[in-house]
Amino acid sequence: MNSVLKIIAQRLALGLLTLFIVSIVIFAAVNLLPGDFAQAILGQGATPEAVEAIRTDLGLDQHPVKRYMQWLGGALQGDLGNSFAQANFASFVGDDSGVRTSVAQQIAPRFANTMFLAGVTAAIAVPFAVTLGILAALYRNSVFDRATNILTLSSISSPEFFLAYVLILFLAVLNPWLPSLSNIYDGMAFSERLEKTLLPALTLTLVVTAHMMRMTRAAIINLLASPYIEMARLKGINPMRVIVRHALPNALAPIINVIALNLAYLITGVVVVEVVFVYPGIGQLFVDSVKIRDIPVVQACCLIFAAAYILLNLTADILSIVSNPRLRHPK
Amino acid sequence: MSNDAFKDAETLVEMKGIWMEGRSDEDWHPIINGVDLTLRKGEVLGLIGESGAGKSTLGLASMGFCRDGVRISKGSVMFDGIDLLAASSEEKRQLLGKRIAYVAQSAAASFNPAHRLIDQHTEAPIQHGVMSKDESEADGMELYRKLRLPNPDEIGFRYPHQVSGGQLQRAMTAMAMACRPDLIIFDEPTTALDVTTQIEVLASIREIVEEFDTAAIYITHDLAVVAQMADTIKVLLKGDEVEEAETREMLSHPTQDYTKSLWAVREFQRPQKPAVITGSTPVISVKNVTAAYGKIDVLHDVSFDIHEGRTVAVVGESGSGKSTTARCITGLLPPRIGSIELDGNPLPLDYRKRDRSQLQKIQMIYQMADTALNPRQTVGDIIGRPVEFYTGLTGKARRKRVEELMDQIELPASQFIDRLPSEMSGGQKQRVGIARSLAAEPEFIICDEVTSALDQLVAEGILRLLADLQDKLNLSYMFITHDLATVKSIADEVVVMKDGDVIEQGPKTEMFTPPHHAYTDLLLSSVPEMDPDWLTNLLKERGVDNIGDAAVGKIT
Amino acid sequence: MSGLMTILIALAVIAALGYAFRLAGQKLTNNAPMFRDMPYAVAFGYMLGLAVILWAVWTYIKAQFLLPEAEANKYFYFVVAIHAFIIFSVAAWVFRVFGRAVGTAGTRKLFRQMPLTASFGVLVILVYAILAIFAGVLAPHGQEEVFAQANVVPGGNPALGGDPAFPLGTDQIGRDILSRLIYGAQNTVGIAFVTTLIAFFVGGSLGFLAATLRGWLDQFLSRTVDVLMAIPALIFALLLITVASAWVTGWGLTVAMVLIMALIDSTRVFRLARAVGMNIVVMDYIEAAKLRGENLSYIVFREILPNATAPLLAEFGLRFCFVFLTISSLSFLGVGIQPPLADWGTMVKDMSSFINYAAFAPQVSAAPLLAASAIALLTVAVNFVVDWMLHRSSGLKE
Repeated sequence: MNSVLKIIAQRLALGLLTLFIVSIVIFAAVNLLPGDFAQAILGQGATPEAVEAIRTDLGLDQHPVKRYMQWLGGALQGDLGNSFAQANFASFVGDDSGVRTSVAQQIAPRFANTMFLAGVTAAIAVPFAVTLGILAALYRNSVFDRATNILTLSSISSPEFFLAYVLILFLAVLNPWLPSLSNIYDGMAFSERLEKTLLPALTLTLVVTAHMMRMTRAAIINLLASPYIEMARLKGINPMRVIVRHALPNALAPIINVIALNLAYLITGVVVVEVVFVYPGIGQLFVDSVKIRDIPVVQACCLIFAAAYILLNLTADILSIVSNPRLRHPK
Repeated sequence: MSNDAFKDAETLVEMKGIWMEGRSDEDWHPIINGVDLTLRKGEVLGLIGESGAGKSTLGLASMGFCRDGVRISKGSVMFDGIDLLAASSEEKRQLLGKRIAYVAQSAAASFNPAHRLIDQHTEAPIQHGVMSKDESEADGMELYRKLRLPNPDEIGFRYPHQVSGGQLQRAMTAMAMACRPDLIIFDEPTTALDVTTQIEVLASIREIVEEFDTAAIYITHDLAVVAQMADTIKVLLKGDEVEEAETREMLSHPTQDYTKSLWAVREFQRPQKPAVITGSTPVISVKNVTAAYGKIDVLHDVSFDIHEGRTVAVVGESGSGKSTTARCITGLLPPRIGSIELDGNPLPLDYRKRDRSQLQKIQMIYQMADTALNPRQTVGDIIGRPVEFYTGLTGKARRKRVEELMDQIELPASQFIDRLPSEMSGGQKQRVGIARSLAAEPEFIICDEVTSALDQLVAEGILRLLADLQDKLNLSYMFITHDLATVKSIADEVVVMKDGDVIEQGPKTEMFTPPHHAYTDLLLSSVPEMDPDWLTNLLKERGVDNIGDAAVGKIT
Repeated sequence: MSGLMTILIALAVIAALGYAFRLAGQKLTNNAPMFRDMPYAVAFGYMLGLAVILWAVWTYIKAQFLLPEAEANKYFYFVVAIHAFIIFSVAAWVFRVFGRAVGTAGTRKLFRQMPLTASFGVLVILVYAILAIFAGVLAPHGQEEVFAQANVVPGGNPALGGDPAFPLGTDQIGRDILSRLIYGAQNTVGIAFVTTLIAFFVGGSLGFLAATLRGWLDQFLSRTVDVLMAIPALIFALLLITVASAWVTGWGLTVAMVLIMALIDSTRVFRLARAVGMNIVVMDYIEAAKLRGENLSYIVFREILPNATAPLLAEFGLRFCFVFLTISSLSFLGVGIQPPLADWGTMVKDMSSFINYAAFAPQVSAAPLLAASAIALLTVAVNFVVDWMLHRSSGLKE
């Protein structure tokens, strides 16, 4: 057990280190490029006051390393700075009283919305995909397997916005069952919220399920080919028990891995889908900020996405270590 | 144990006119062509043949089982009056594990890594309703004791990866015995084991099969092993039955040419060369070499000489350091302490620091011809590259030299020069590997287990070729092997290694006559011989506690 | 709720039918092994499949022949999908028959073993390649040409607001959609292809170098790639494009995007190339070459590379799909390929509001879906071919 704890501690440390370096990369990408950033952001027509306001806001007169430490220190305490759009606006109005909403305040509710969307997607996609994957593996090379293969390949190959519009077409426009716009606000009833989230969640489900199902299928087929499964069958064990008792304990690690990897994949999907459905999540904010070059918001969103991605991969890693009998029961 | 003893016994398995096919892409190609097989109660049938002969496929078919992509196209399989091919999968499931059991080649892969041994042992008895969990556990420990597993009361509570290969193989035999089946299929149960471990497993399998009077089909490619285990031997060749006879009869009077040739393999022996003149400079001299992977020393103070025109066989079991020594000589693993000398001059330890003529003089032939030849190059290119690289010949001159070399390895150039490795058999590929090393015109060749991946007849051809080449070209060989039969046939001198140490070294004739070092003695005595009484006599002579891992433990 | 009830009742009926089907099968065939050993789940599956096919056929007949046009509009896309499926299948089949009859012995053999999906893939890729290369010749109008007639409905039927001069209609500022779709093949596919090529050149050569040399170079490159891969590709691309957009616009931004995507994708290629390279480097024939004294370039180009082409080719297809989809997504989000280049992702974004007309005027809503399905069709085709290639190479090993 000790060695397992040691390995997990190592992985955790490695994950933290990666996150730290990623934060440097994100910061450096924005800050280490030549030229006057404030001027570039605001364009030639900007008033000198506006440029100056942005410059102080960014602290461009300070050393990059110091700026980074400040930014990281702030981020660790939940302070992600102020958005440019707000700073810019304030400087034009001439009211820089500091009452404007911070990036953290802007992101927090949207973060909750995105988590809700991801949660609904996962709740539909995971059981569905794993079941389909196991079925396809059990009845491999059957008509069912071939049909799902073609369907999932097509689904993987389609851009998220295509799937989104197809679903809108059939489920919102031609058959008005679900709303095509996800205008979510605070204090909404759960059922209504769920209804509005369903279409974006279904879109993401289509993408994620396809990936997850194919990977589950591959993992199970790989497993079923192992000699101990043949041995179990040659012991006259009934097929259900072979699956449950012999295949499943060993399939756990690969399946957990597949799920975590695909939840990580959701992060990318969320961005496009939120834009299509005008879902007020973090992805939409991210894209809007990219378009108006609101650097603090872009940095903050990027850091959150990267952190979620690293965390999910780390979880996959640790769970598969824990479920490995060789590590749980050392020699 | 004569075949007559079973004449009156009831027939247990009757396979008639079995034709089997395997699928590759969309086509079915034949694997077994009309083989009959009869097994009486309590009889042990040995199925032998080379790789691809269809032994395992036929063995599984006797259980009414086919792997994916294999099918029985014609014939019938009767087990104790039950037609296995017509039976429903439910009926078959009732037989498998309960009345017919299977012991697989790789126990490490065939035990489920997620469950303890005893839980896997008791699964079949509980599922088939033969015993309760407690009864079966107690019985399992009893069987472990009979099979002489260490700590029989405790070992079952371990997970497969916590138990050594030889012990796992015995635990698997115990598992097969759990329901006291009428028939057990042993599918090469000792092939993956070292000789000293193999003998223990063989002894325990034979004992327990005799004790419970179980019928068995014993599948192997090793004649000497099957001679110890079987009452009757059936020889297969490429899916056809060659002959079947009672073991002693088969060993003394094989009727078919193929069987005779199999027997003859073991008779190839080259005369030992005269002793080297004292004071002559050895071609290769390994001096006090200690080498390490990372921080752990894997070789300790190894020294030996290899003289012109001689073959030194380096013998030992897996992990003994034989291949590591070769890596030190070639410079892939620079020794931590010690030196390597070529013709009396010290070589740079790292191969990257050696000059072209030094590299040229030391060549290597590998165990797996598949990974030793670039699958995307033709034979002409594989052999031609060193010719061009070392001698600078190009164009026609290079081709002529390649043809000469192919002539030496007895592969007609006109037929083979443009082939890719995938278009040749294992033996042919190994010959190309030899030609590639000859192309460098070396003084010294390291042969790393060159015959162990090959079938016996093919292996013998390679050994004869190497011996001829040595005489013609005055080459020196370092022959790495775990197979003592190979040592007997080709070596002039022998170096015995164990755990990175040289245990004993000397001329072959001395090494094969007593007195030996205790480990050499164990190693020599563990090699099965063609005599069917060999195992019985050995056990009588040494006692069950002086063989295998138990004996190795006593030495160190 | 009644919809849910209908589904539940239908499932119950199918479940009963499945049981009856298996029982009848056993009785009729006198317990043939197929029915005797059939698990119930399989029988249920057969019936479910049958029910879906019957429903599809019935809906198709209803929409084509029975319903009045206004109601049939609802099934317009369903009918289109069925037609497309039939046309594509027939085209793929004809193409395979053609491939089996024409060409060298090698290609004929390839076509003989090819499943229908793969021949469909090859056909589509060929068509796209021709469109992309000869876009200038094939497109009836220029990609930036603006006509007086804006918002012409696709279909070319004047009664529905179409115009035979613009078979697929025009967009909101009056550009010919057909021409823009054809130029889109050149721009979108071409840019994705170039990006993938750059990524392969950079990632592939560094990957093989790392696998062959090992040591600190390998450590350094691998750790760098680990970090870069810890940021999801699309997110990282958006971040870098934000930065780039502060300096360049229009054409420059398109070039910047290509370089950014190539950089991000080269990390994935590096991983694969290194893994493939490592598998080959441990082979004895590489050891033999090293011991012969061969230099690095001989080992990489003559020994490793020829053995890595098959996995790399399959990976090229997959990476291309990934880059292509990511670039399309970026364009859809408005930060990818910049105007005036015609591009499918941008077209979808610009025309997406047309979808809402689908209920009463299905032809109007076709325009954005055409661009989106142009993207999907190519990736599906590439994926089908890659899937077959991977299947073949794994089959050969056994």
